Amino acid sequence: MRVIKIEGTDDTPQVTFDANPENPFMEISGRSLPEDVVAFYDPILEWLDEYSENPLEKTVLNIKLEYFNTASSKLLLDILLKLEDMHEAGNDVLVRWHFPDDDEDMEEAGEEYEDIVEVPFEQVSYSID
Amino acid sequence: MTENQNINENLHFAFDFFNIMKNSDVTFAYEGEITHEITKAFSSLAESHIALSNESNSLQKRVFHVMVESLQNISKHSSERINPDSITNGQGIFLVTKNDKEYNITTGNVVFNENIPALKEHIEKINSGNKKILKDLYKEKIKFGKLSQKGGAGLGFIDMVRKTGEQLIYTFLDLNDKKSYFILTSTIFRTK
Repeated sequence: MRVIKIEGTDDTPQVTFDANPENPFMEISGRSLPEDVVAFYDPILEWLDEYSENPLEKTVLNIKLEYFNTASSKLLLDILLKLEDMHEAGNDVLVRWHFPDDDEDMEEAGEEYEDIVEVPFEQVSYSID
Repeated sequence: MTENQNINENLHFAFDFFNIMKNSDVTFAYEGEITHEITKAFSSLAESHIALSNESNSLQKRVFHVMVESLQNISKHSSERINPDSITNGQGIFLVTKNDKEYNITTGNVVFNENIPALKEHIEKINSGNKKILKDLYKEKIKFGKLSQKGGAGLGFIDMVRKTGEQLIYTFLDLNDKKSYFILTSTIFRTK
């Protein structure tokens, strides 16, 4: 399957969706306030649709955002709902929500997504130097 | 008016403006078109400025959040546009004030009178909600709400109140029988 690799900018996150069975990695990190949220996230949603037809034994999505605007929050939910579908279809899925250890708001945002979607969730705190 | 008089007026305006800014809490003021580039530039400018004033990380982030959502509100919802075809470059006023206790982010933009009742109802609903109600409202909106053509999720005001823990202060001033000026302030306390 093709690989999505997008470098981060000051308004768009760094994105990697790589389903190579040797070394799979899926991550969205950085900042998200794109000018056109739909145009930015659509290719990721399409990738997930294609991936979910024949997923790996275990799917782990890392979300490590330092900031996202409300428009992005809606699209992030759409991504998580794709993972929920996969989980409900019997696949092994895990979302790892990374947040800076001093950022309650980002921690709470992760807890809220965990409440909304039926998918295994792991909260991971990290410290910024 | 001759050219010289014109220049003289500009000089006076600049000096009056300097005095007004100096004698008020206003640290930043802008009137004009709000594009995506401007939203990015203003919010990162404020971010570095606030970072320099030794505010905590979480306060910096809250101010940044409110600024971005406020600027995007103007760009998406102002009825005044330089380019009438643009759906996201509305015009408005953006003000940041700061004192010992708080930051205030104020926006002003023209709205059609016919949209006021729904806007009022939306803000009043958010202002009257406690933490739990706002959380439920947020979850309901994010789950069942549709993204507008302009890319709005309908979550901006809810997010502003949740992040600041303060009600939105707003008013509508009459312009004519079709339009009004909508002013909105969000307050972020520095010691919370």
